[in-house]
Amino acid sequence: MELCSFLTLDSFITNPLTHEFMRKALLMSSLVAAVCGFLSSYLTLKGWALMGDAVSHSVMPGVVVAYALGLPFSLGAFIFGVGSVALIGFIKQKSRVKEDTVIGLVFTGFFALGIVLVSKIKSNIDLHSILFGSPLGISLSDVKQTIFISLLVVILLSIFRKDLMLYCFDPRHAKTVGINVFFLHYLLLTCLSLAAVVGLQSVGIILVVAMLITPGATAYLLTDKFDNMTVISVLSAIISSLIGIYVSFWFDLETGGSIVLAQTFIFLFAFLFAPRYGIFKLKKLFAGYK
Amino acid sequence: METINYQNFRIEAENICVDYNGKVALYDANLRLKPGQICGLVGMNGAGKTTFFNALTGFVNISKGKIRINGESVRSAQKDQTIAYVPQNEGIDSQFPISVWDVVMMGRYGSMNIFRCPRESDVQAVKDAIERVDLTDHLSTPIGNLSGGQRKRTFLARAIAQRASILLLDEPFSGVDIRTEKLISELFIQFKNEGKTILLSTHDMIHVREFCDLVLLINKTVVAYGETSEVFTPENITTTFGGISPDFLFGPES
Repeated sequence: MELCSFLTLDSFITNPLTHEFMRKALLMSSLVAAVCGFLSSYLTLKGWALMGDAVSHSVMPGVVVAYALGLPFSLGAFIFGVGSVALIGFIKQKSRVKEDTVIGLVFTGFFALGIVLVSKIKSNIDLHSILFGSPLGISLSDVKQTIFISLLVVILLSIFRKDLMLYCFDPRHAKTVGINVFFLHYLLLTCLSLAAVVGLQSVGIILVVAMLITPGATAYLLTDKFDNMTVISVLSAIISSLIGIYVSFWFDLETGGSIVLAQTFIFLFAFLFAPRYGIFKLKKLFAGYK
Repeated sequence: METINYQNFRIEAENICVDYNGKVALYDANLRLKPGQICGLVGMNGAGKTTFFNALTGFVNISKGKIRINGESVRSAQKDQTIAYVPQNEGIDSQFPISVWDVVMMGRYGSMNIFRCPRESDVQAVKDAIERVDLTDHLSTPIGNLSGGQRKRTFLARAIAQRASILLLDEPFSGVDIRTEKLISELFIQFKNEGKTILLSTHDMIHVREFCDLVLLINKTVVAYGETSEVFTPENITTTFGGISPDFLFGPES
């Protein structure tokens, strides 16, 4: 590693940008982070962390089948993502098994199916890049698809931003005033499946749930306003992505892991020092004792 | 086309049944309420009070029977913003990052465009509603920082902003301070004079005697229904609460 270039912050930032793959990785990961961060506010408030985990793992066989059939993998992921949730609902309703158990067994079942399929369908699917992400090796067709899906999710969330907030907060009121709660439920699920698909390129299937819950949790500790929460969530997700990619470049670390770890550190920082909800409550420290 | 009979009633529930995956929560329940009537909904936990509310708002589907709101279907009542639901304090996430203003504005969502952009009339309605529940000093306070009574008033304001003609209130007096209780009772009298119809569930027998023209005693189905003075008898209450005498439940003065 060129130690001398390490010495100035300027070259620490700019040097990697001379590589085409780094520029692409930084841009794509920021976009993906923004999408996941946006959705993250809703998932954390709705209490869908486990659901996020389930859906993101369940898209695995969908991605593999879509690859094998030459279809856009977002399609396969979407079908399996929503399918897993439908199956969870069905089993829960028809049996006496508790919900978290059902969620756990359905998504691991789907995930296992995905792994088995990868080993059976001998194609150029790289299991490692699906499991752990490969933002540095993203292909042109992936770029197009990622941009398309990301824009779609952002547009959907922007249009239904307030309705989704109401749905998370008080679905009964939403229903009472004639808002289509069924639609909002599946809209959120659809966005979740799509975000899981784009997220898995950055950090892989195993860690994509972190992209979907950590930024929202961080933002939740920092504000009492929903709009601010969304902004903070998106920003912290983007910053984590940039930090993660740079760190992985300079220290030759796994990129997906680095991105998620950066998010975790930002969360821990908020957990400790958030003005109102942090353990040490910075505001009070500065204000002194009354 | 509607019969005159329906036009007289704000709420008309006929033999309604609700079951959750084969488990019966409510059966053969009837209720008729006119404008300006206040009806108390009394029953044990699990007697179907919340289910009754859910059926009237359309939050759950009824498996049998018929519900007419102002002579129309529940669906068109939803579209017309006819019914407002005021939840129990326990029924909402008090840590949700949302202010008093935002919650009350949600009362207007049903009559806004798809982006839910508030018009001037919506802003005015929200302002007025917040003023009526005496929370003008707390417009931008997050609901997590409110007391139980203030939070209850916030949701009442949401119902007022909605301009609904039917109010369903789930335990409106539980966990509130004296000031809020007084304010709610004053509002009830105003609502009554405005011709609104109120259905409220409560555990407190004194409140039933104080406010309710009618009372509906339920235990999975209607035990008794009618004028409070006639129906709200110790015998009926005992039946409603599964054989436990009201003396035991509420002290000898009941």
